[in-house]
Amino acid sequence: MQVKEATGFVPTIVAFCCNWCSYAGADLSGTNRLSYPANVKIIRVPCSCRVNPIFFLRAFQRGADGVILCGCHPGDCHYTTGNYYTRRRMTLLFSMLDYLGIERNRTRVEWVSAAEGQKFAETMRSFAEEIAALGPNRRLADLRCRKDAEEAGITDERGSGDAV
Amino acid sequence: MQKIGVFVCHCGTNIAATVDVKAVAEALGREPSVVVSQDYTYMCSESGQNLIKDSIRDYGLTGVVICSCSPRMHENTFRKAAAQAGLNPYMVEIANIREQCSWIHKDKAEATEKAIILGRAAIAKVQLNTPLIAGESSVTKRALVIGGGIAGIQTALDIAEAGFPVDIVEQKPTIGGKMAQLDKTFPTLDCSACILTPKMVECAQNENIRILSYSEVESVSGFVGNFTVKIRRKARYVDETKCTGCGLCTEKCPVKKVPNEFNLGMDNRRAIYIPFAQAVPKIAVIDADYCNMLKNGKCGVCSKVCTAGAVDYKQTDTFVEEKYGAIVAATGYEISDVSRYDEYAYSQSKDVITSLEFERLTNAAGPTGGTLLRPSDGKHPHTIVFIQCVGSRCTPEKGKPYCSKICCMYTAKHAMLTREKYPDTDVYVFYIDVRTPGKNFDEFYRRAVEEFGVHYIKGAVGKVAPRADGTLEVQASDLIMNEQLHISADLVVLAAAIEPSKSARSLATLLTASMDTNDFFTEAHPKLRPVESPTAGVFLSGMCQGPKDIPETVSQASACAAKVIGLLSKNKLTGNPCVAHSDELMCNGCSNCANVCPYGAITYSDKEFRMPDRTTKTRRVAWVNPAVCQGCGACTVACPSGAMDLSGFSNSQIMAEVDAICK
Repeated sequence: MQVKEATGFVPTIVAFCCNWCSYAGADLSGTNRLSYPANVKIIRVPCSCRVNPIFFLRAFQRGADGVILCGCHPGDCHYTTGNYYTRRRMTLLFSMLDYLGIERNRTRVEWVSAAEGQKFAETMRSFAEEIAALGPNRRLADLRCRKDAEEAGITDERGSGDAV
Repeated sequence: MQKIGVFVCHCGTNIAATVDVKAVAEALGREPSVVVSQDYTYMCSESGQNLIKDSIRDYGLTGVVICSCSPRMHENTFRKAAAQAGLNPYMVEIANIREQCSWIHKDKAEATEKAIILGRAAIAKVQLNTPLIAGESSVTKRALVIGGGIAGIQTALDIAEAGFPVDIVEQKPTIGGKMAQLDKTFPTLDCSACILTPKMVECAQNENIRILSYSEVESVSGFVGNFTVKIRRKARYVDETKCTGCGLCTEKCPVKKVPNEFNLGMDNRRAIYIPFAQAVPKIAVIDADYCNMLKNGKCGVCSKVCTAGAVDYKQTDTFVEEKYGAIVAATGYEISDVSRYDEYAYSQSKDVITSLEFERLTNAAGPTGGTLLRPSDGKHPHTIVFIQCVGSRCTPEKGKPYCSKICCMYTAKHAMLTREKYPDTDVYVFYIDVRTPGKNFDEFYRRAVEEFGVHYIKGAVGKVAPRADGTLEVQASDLIMNEQLHISADLVVLAAAIEPSKSARSLATLLTASMDTNDFFTEAHPKLRPVESPTAGVFLSGMCQGPKDIPETVSQASACAAKVIGLLSKNKLTGNPCVAHSDELMCNGCSNCANVCPYGAITYSDKEFRMPDRTTKTRRVAWVNPAVCQGCGACTVACPSGAMDLSGFSNSQIMAEVDAICK
């Protein structure tokens, strides 16, 4: 059940999940057979604080349409304070992306515990819907990284002066 | 160039029903560097593992990707299998195509496509894996227990019994803690001192236990198995090796009006004192704040009467430095300050007391010799009101949000004992809820109500007003009868909230152990690792982890000892090799990484670098101690120069996964 628009757009979504809470939460939603869109692909990291803001930018550069980061709830971090750093770093990154004109909704941070399989699935569903509604990421996608750019009908907008 | 083998598991039909495993194996077989790609019904079975092992040998694989269930299930199984075939276990990556693919998707084409992408990401990552070898470190076979209450005593005794030396550091002049101040213990009503003091004596006599009383932890360095702790031994002004504990000095000392902290200030002691009769060690100590000799050099009576010549006015604080393999925090609790609640008039009337003060008033070694008398006029109280949950179960502004757990039971005990000893006394207990979960607890509470006629009233006390005639007017509401009550009481006892010891916060900082919002120590896992702190090598015993009664404290103390013994029994500790490491050539020594490290694993040293013009230059560079680092990766992001990276989850590995997913 990938989220498709009439145009057939299937967004690419990268989800970073911390090993101790959110990855386990994702596993739980699988064990409970709670479905979410197949275009969400999870990358396991030891802690949400392992996620460098550069990874977000890299994903967007390579053509991801949305990037989400999930970690333990504040105060529950396996490494005590990791998610507090995450929270601050991502706040900075998101305000920078906002400044650059990247839709705020393309990025998200959610706290999902190992017991919240339901929340994980719901989060992924709503995020995928939101990204599908936003359409493809064109501002940050680097066409040099996409072999199929032309087939996919993506054209470079950045020269057209509408970046403001 | 890596040689990668891909193994796709059917997991019976768990995966194969929604993912075309053959198509996945075939597609992944076309990926660069992949030399073999196979599918099998159960990869985790012995024959499945043999398939992997044989392929590693036959194809000379340098990396393995297994598309199967979550790595949380079988990562270790496959790593071990790889190691048995001679491949470094950290060259194995798992693509989770069950929990995160086949089980959540119904469309076979979509699920198969996703499984291929997840497999590609794992292949991209394993290309960049490097063989990792878990480091080993030695273990100092000695434990430190901080706090000499019943928790610390029990932990120390159990560790000592297993044959390991233990030091107990206690900030007071004697061990025993709060339990030494209690009169009786619920629900059996055995005498607290009678069951505690034998254990205190056992500590003193056990050759594996060293008691460092009147001492505090000054600094802690090192890591699990190898802590170095500096302990301040405060000046007692009495030579511990000479004092016999005869107590003559404490009778002759002319300074008689020093509030006695053992009786919570309800009577006085001398400036030189022994805290209580059964103190361990039974050695006198001079209170420098009150001693005339230490204050103005005029007196010296204790020195003159001491036949052992133990008094030494020139003693100063000394320091002991010792190495330990494990540290136990057993810092216990304190009674929270109730004077902030004006409505209960604690600071206005001497006859409003806390439960611990009540405990001393009924104790034979207490200020009244065990007779219950009002602190103000020494008369027998005829009406006693107990107020529950003073400062517990409050909003954060008003007090503690948690239940202090022990108050319901000790109040039932106090009420019962009062009615037993003084049947003419009326006893009222105002409660929000009566909580009696525990063996024989509810029976005990019901005895207080049914057998001893204690008046339990569900409702809150609004105000305690001291009257001119010396009685206290207690204004309260009875929620069940829905009426206002005005009780004329002679004594009001407040079940004050318990809170972690004041010293716990600074100790947690020294130990880099984490605390919750209430300053209780946090466990490594609330259910499965309740006596370990998230900091390796630091263990938790007793009330410092959360409110508990004596039986729970003792069980936790013994559980804690079992964990410590397990650690000290090892000769070598194997670490997690997925730890951070710093590239010395790129590091600029800025300390950003050390500032975010929750474990204090990063240290700095000056290092000489050879410059192109053959001169040498000294620069400050970071070093990560692999035995302390837990591999969270906070430092890797904090590093501005990109010198810090995490083995097993390196920047390039994660970006390779990102690239594979976004392709």
